[in-house]
Amino acid sequence: MPETSAIVLEPTNNFLSFVQSHTGENITSCYQCGKCSAGCPTAYAMDITPRQVMRGIQLGLKDEILDSSAIWLCVSCQTCSLRCPREIDIAKIMESLRLFSQAEGRPPAQREIAVFYSAFLQQVRLFGRLHEIGLAITYNVLSMHFFNNIKRLPALLTRGKLKLVPQRTKGSSEVRQIEARVKELERKSS
Amino acid sequence: MHATAAEYDVSTRLVCQKLGVELRELEDWVCCGASAAHSTDHLLSLALPAHTLKQAEEKGLPLAVPCAMCFSRLKFTLHELENKDTLALVSGAVGKELSTAVTVKPMLQVLADEDIPLPIAKPLSGLKVACYYGCLLVRPPEVVGFDDAENPQTMDHLIERLGAEAIDWGLKTSCCGAGVAFARLDVVLKLSHRILSLAQKSGADCVAVACPMCHANLDMYQKDMTVKLGWKTELPVLYFTQLMGLSLGFSPKELLLDKHITNPLPMLREKKLT
Repeated sequence: MPETSAIVLEPTNNFLSFVQSHTGENITSCYQCGKCSAGCPTAYAMDITPRQVMRGIQLGLKDEILDSSAIWLCVSCQTCSLRCPREIDIAKIMESLRLFSQAEGRPPAQREIAVFYSAFLQQVRLFGRLHEIGLAITYNVLSMHFFNNIKRLPALLTRGKLKLVPQRTKGSSEVRQIEARVKELERKSS
Repeated sequence: MHATAAEYDVSTRLVCQKLGVELRELEDWVCCGASAAHSTDHLLSLALPAHTLKQAEEKGLPLAVPCAMCFSRLKFTLHELENKDTLALVSGAVGKELSTAVTVKPMLQVLADEDIPLPIAKPLSGLKVACYYGCLLVRPPEVVGFDDAENPQTMDHLIERLGAEAIDWGLKTSCCGAGVAFARLDVVLKLSHRILSLAQKSGADCVAVACPMCHANLDMYQKDMTVKLGWKTELPVLYFTQLMGLSLGFSPKELLLDKHITNPLPMLREKKLT
């Protein structure tokens, strides 16, 4: 957890209630055993561990949690959720925290990961399926890492592992229709 | 499956043909959205797989899914659709009346069915295989309902039926780093290197996988591991369907074994399996 001089707790913990009601998970039941963090493959790279994320939510430390790199470095492998002795679906909470952080327009603490996700979805929107070269180009431009993965091109191309022209299926227009309906339904419910 | 994982596509089709499992690819399947969708928009992450589920339902056929990520998202969507409100909401998003009357199985489960006889032409004698399942085929168990979440055996039993030896090792279901290879290659290198080195220390000649993402992470970056992490050797990573294909008598070329970045052919020649 980043060093802070003093943590002031609100008398009513709105963040805890918010996360619990949106995820349906009982976070207060976490007794800090640390099993989630011990089994987490990416905990070593996180600023705070999954156990600390759970504690932070209990304490209502909204900014520390939603601005953490931890929520972005979670790769949804589900190991924590499988092993939690309190049966808390920690992976689901991490996923919801990413959504909350984006909904508030917070800059993601792992910008490249967020950029990758949006580049990925753009490919699905365009073609209905993933087009690997398209994904690489979009990611490189949006992340401004222009030469990322360039050195892999010859090996992949000579093995015929990359399709230069994307497949376009009927699915692509259907994806756009689905997305439009999703947006409409979400607008109505909010 | 049609591009970077062509080896998986081609070997799966050959094996299915040989075993009399008839495959009909859904014409308009769409990408499940993977982590990108469920990290961005919950409803969208259910609606994309639901669109594909609906096509399978209309065809009245069970869905065999080669990719672990797609399998996970399809099963997760089915699980969520058990809730009536969610079913109505997602039906609205897909624009079709959805149901949960679709059977979804990983390709591994379909092909490992012991009721399907394996006409072995060339037993894979002397080959030691580390079976790697990754995360999403087995987790979370209440959603996927497949094998044991900590120590699965389906692939191990299949590999043994091919005449090879499935070794005992401890990272069968550890994460390879999944989709962060573009954004944080360092994380993928560390996790995948850990998996490969333990497989090798446990005596494996190769790793068998059942997911294109796991394959890419384990196969493609071994040279980077040499540079960044001092990985001094290499370990071939094959799709389980390629090993099945070899034992059923297909040639390495037919199975696209020459397409991997880490070349498995010298190892297979040494074992007299080509």
